[in-house]
Amino acid sequence: MTDTVIEISGVSKSYGGVVANHNISLKVPSGGITGLIGPNGSGKTTLFNSIVGYHPVDEGSIKFKGEEISTYRVPQIARLGLLRTFQQTRIYSNMNCIDNMLISIPHRKLGFADMFKNRGDKETMEEVDRLLDFVGLYEKRRLISGDLSFGQQKLLEFAMALMNRPEVLLLDEPTAGINPTLINGLIDRLRRANEELGITLFVIEHNMRVIMNMAQSIYCLAHGELLAHGTPDEVQNDQRVIDAYLGAH
Amino acid sequence: MWDNISILTAAPVFNIQLILDGLFIGSTFALAAYGLALVWGVMNVKNLAQGDFVIMGGYIAWWLGKQGIHPLWGLPISIVVMFTFGWLVYVTIIRRVIDKDMFTSLLATFGLAIVLAQALNLMFGPEVQTAESDFAIRSYFDNSVTVADIKLVAFALCGVLAVVVVLFMKNSRMGQAIRATAQDARAARVMGIDTDKVYAFTFSLNAAICGAAGALISMIWVIQPFYGIGHSIRSFVIVTAAGFGNLGGVIMAGLGLGVMEQYGGFVLGAEYQQACVVGLLVAVLIYRQLEMRRHRQVVQ
Amino acid sequence: MESFNPKLHLPILIFGIGAPFVIPGVTIQIAVLWVMVLFALTWDIMGGQMGYNSLGNILFFGSGMYISALVQISMFANVSEYTASSGAVDFTYTNSEYFWGLGWGILAAGIGSALLAASLGWTLFGLRGPYFAIGTLGIALTAGELMGTWEWVGAGGGLAMPVYPGSADGKSFMFYFMCFFAAIGTYLFCSWLYSTRFGLAINAIRDDEQKAEAMGIHTLRYKTIAWSVSAFFLGISGALFGNMTGFVEPLEVAFPVATFGIFMVAMSLLGGKGTLWGPILGAALFHVLKEFTWTYFLGWQWVALGVLIIVNVVFFQQGIMGWLMEKFPERFGIIVDKKETAK
Repeated sequence: MTDTVIEISGVSKSYGGVVANHNISLKVPSGGITGLIGPNGSGKTTLFNSIVGYHPVDEGSIKFKGEEISTYRVPQIARLGLLRTFQQTRIYSNMNCIDNMLISIPHRKLGFADMFKNRGDKETMEEVDRLLDFVGLYEKRRLISGDLSFGQQKLLEFAMALMNRPEVLLLDEPTAGINPTLINGLIDRLRRANEELGITLFVIEHNMRVIMNMAQSIYCLAHGELLAHGTPDEVQNDQRVIDAYLGAH
Repeated sequence: MWDNISILTAAPVFNIQLILDGLFIGSTFALAAYGLALVWGVMNVKNLAQGDFVIMGGYIAWWLGKQGIHPLWGLPISIVVMFTFGWLVYVTIIRRVIDKDMFTSLLATFGLAIVLAQALNLMFGPEVQTAESDFAIRSYFDNSVTVADIKLVAFALCGVLAVVVVLFMKNSRMGQAIRATAQDARAARVMGIDTDKVYAFTFSLNAAICGAAGALISMIWVIQPFYGIGHSIRSFVIVTAAGFGNLGGVIMAGLGLGVMEQYGGFVLGAEYQQACVVGLLVAVLIYRQLEMRRHRQVVQ
Repeated sequence: MESFNPKLHLPILIFGIGAPFVIPGVTIQIAVLWVMVLFALTWDIMGGQMGYNSLGNILFFGSGMYISALVQISMFANVSEYTASSGAVDFTYTNSEYFWGLGWGILAAGIGSALLAASLGWTLFGLRGPYFAIGTLGIALTAGELMGTWEWVGAGGGLAMPVYPGSADGKSFMFYFMCFFAAIGTYLFCSWLYSTRFGLAINAIRDDEQKAEAMGIHTLRYKTIAWSVSAFFLGISGALFGNMTGFVEPLEVAFPVATFGIFMVAMSLLGGKGTLWGPILGAALFHVLKEFTWTYFLGWQWVALGVLIIVNVVFFQQGIMGWLMEKFPERFGIIVDKKETAK
């Protein structure tokens, strides 16, 4: 049995009058790719936001490698090695790609004095080049990131996340808005990040083909509650999941 | 300072004076703050020239008084003049900065504040002025408490204006368009609302509200070209404390600020009145920050 | 860190060192130019590089001035007696007293102002954009008024500074070079700072602070350090200016929000915020223009200042440096992919 890297128990979160998450419990096993699916408005991004510290939860506990993080703040959680990407890609748009990468080094590994050293020492630059090449942005590395195309910005955001050497990466709809011909390339890189770099992935996806092929285990949310859980085959054939997507409720 | 406090405890009737004066002036603060909340909530413009709009409205009323027209006429005239002025400002400046980053709109209104304050100084001189309204002054409690009728009138007028604006926002088509745009500008555009017109109207409405508040302030208190920033800070304090959509909160905070300023000025001395306002600003900001920390967020 | 570029740096050095010899009549004005350069550079650390527009940086100018004055006076005299006498009693300093006092005063001014920034930062830095701007503005405005009520430091009348032991020309000469070196020091420090990871971090905070936090950056720490650095140099400039002027008056000299305070913002905007040379260019251009045209405005120069800011912000946001970088990107090492950016 693999270790559980994220354990969520009984988490509920409401905004105003809307119950976004209700009594959700799930486990993300270490080392694999876990999917989170569900129709729009089922509370997936809210759950991600709760995990990484964007807002407090109303009830429940969230544990990262056994440590209770539900009261921690965003930078604290990031420094533990739990990162997320955003639904709307966020990068540092006035800096070039190299600088975006350089600032994404894991700050938990830096001492105070290290912040005052040269921004790009040899070792770091090699890693930057390697990761930019991994996502196919090496040629564009000196461009201002705000000038990149949408798909390229998504890749940059992904590369920045890798640069931060997370243990677990929460990906919020990584293929959204990507040209279908480029999706396979992205999937391939996600898989390689998981297998070669050992990063556990927890992925929100709407693209069923993508998530069913990538993930070993899938959770399905609907109306803020956990609807189903299992292997891709099990979940795909679960009548409740099918109904939820087709709006039978 | 302690002497002043002991006066308050020894003769409680003085408290009534402070509270009344605080409420009267606080109503104008609340009015101006409501305008800021409108502009901030609908257009995300943090208008640092808010206080200077107020002072401008004040000078309109004062100038009318100097021409022999009773400054109370300054209220409607100021509203019309400032509305037009606001529209002009929107078209020349605000429209161009509205979709740029936040600092741009902040600095642009900051520049505007400088222009207005300095222009008013050149036009009217640096003396502190009050618009004479020649209303009766009544005394109560053996002359311990004086109430100028004009202050009562101003208080009532603030209330009337607030009600008018609220009804307008609720019932008119423009009011509905404003609220729709505030919720989701893109959706509003899709529904056929001309958001540019909405923004222009909102900004002009704010200027008009400020003008009205200023006209009243010129009669019940004082105006001076460089007092604008003080009023801007007051509006910010009130909006920060009360939040945007909360008219009731704005009213309470405005009245509360007025009273606190009166007490601060009395207990600590008039020189400290500005310091009190800034102190309140810092206190409100710190309080919000601590509250946000509890909720794991930072103040937006 | 920029390497020594003879074409760029040499003329400035020559001008800076030679001016008081060649055109001694305008020594003080050029000294003020160097102070303006320092103003713009320090403002830009916060405003241009980090995205926190402080409208109250003048606070540290004034705090430095007062701290230095108090150190210089208190080292050899009793402060209350000094302020109470208002010049009636003769407090003359020996040469060594004067210079020791000045040296310690300047140092204390820098450090004290930096500490002030660090403690204020804790309160103000949880807040973003407009709150920070208006909060700093309010504090700067109040500081002048509060100092004006404090008897111990001379209240509204202010403090007279210890008198320079020597001729007026000698004094101008010495302070000129101190201002020049302060400006150079600020420039060198900024040049170095922007080449480090710290420089990257504050740029990240500017571009997307939430993202930076989500990536684990200690944003509060960097914000506080950046402000403390600005405050340090501003404090030193305040100490120098106070000594040059000869007396410290709270509203007009120490905390002139409406003049120097606003100049800090206007100059960086004009030259191009977020660049190293933008503020320097902006300060030079602004100061020179001002010296030549101010008097012709007959009172309307302050309105013109406001209009300048508006025009700059609305139409010319990138400033001179930004405009140059757009026109000639290759000269600045910026790569633009013509195909990709066909917008």
